Amino acid sequence: MMDNIPHTHEGPNPHAPRPDHDDTLTHHKRLEIAVRELLIEKGFLTADEIREAIERMDARGPHLGAKLVARAWVDPTFKTRLLKDGSTAADEAGVQMDQPTRLIVVENTPQVHNLVVCTLCSCYPRMVLGIPPDWYKSRAYRSRAVHEPRTVLAEFGTHLADDVAVRVHDSTADMRYLVLPMRPKGTEGFDEARLAELVTRDSMIGVTTL
Amino acid sequence: MGGLQAGPVERVEHDYQLWEKRVDALMVLLSRKRRFTVDELRKGIESLPGDAYDRLTYYERWISSITSALIHRGTISIEELRAKLADIERRPDGPQIGKP
Repeated sequence: MMDNIPHTHEGPNPHAPRPDHDDTLTHHKRLEIAVRELLIEKGFLTADEIREAIERMDARGPHLGAKLVARAWVDPTFKTRLLKDGSTAADEAGVQMDQPTRLIVVENTPQVHNLVVCTLCSCYPRMVLGIPPDWYKSRAYRSRAVHEPRTVLAEFGTHLADDVAVRVHDSTADMRYLVLPMRPKGTEGFDEARLAELVTRDSMIGVTTL
Repeated sequence: MGGLQAGPVERVEHDYQLWEKRVDALMVLLSRKRRFTVDELRKGIESLPGDAYDRLTYYERWISSITSALIHRGTISIEELRAKLADIERRPDGPQIGKP
């Protein structure tokens, strides 16, 4: 699945904005403006804080998770710490958690494949992957990932052998899961930076392998 | 929702718009300031009528839920919100206004 490199797509741009562009003022956009302005006027928050929060979130993305994965591949003692306590190990690697949530890293092996979902809402390891893609939050993914994970995986082009166990992890507000994919074959001589480039977002959610 | 029947996973994604990012920022900041919790966010979303849940986009659900919770907590009042919405309605330059 080495073809699944982030942000190279064939065909129409899948990131194209949906019909509700910023240039039409819908009811909910008015609501956002109203609530935000009231909160600022009443002193609960400032425009600068909002700008900074957006900048911080924009800076987060799968490159952070990829950094942790690549380090775990090259450094077995880091891998042990990462699997034992994801939040502390991420901090150690310079990836700030910024949220009072636990990062739990689960390891794929030849015997076990892990898949992450949030059936309740949309909990996601945002601190290491950024904001989740639409499909992660969709009714179809959230409903079916828990009762027919192999079929869902097949829709992502991931076909597992029958003797590979699938473990589905249901995230909560306090516990966010990240999959540690298996290191691809033929990457023995690669250094950490080069390995990190191979690690895709979807492989860290567990819908694909590398 | 987990375990329900549903159709295939459509692998759609879109780049988030500025107003969606602002809703996200409101959630993050209000949580940090302990004026709102993720449990309230979910309660508000789960309280939406079934058809609204399906009709609204993700961040439309969020801003609906945040607004309800802030009114419920007394952080903002319905009267203040009505007045502010009417004020926004009267602004001449439409969507360009109100950005931080």
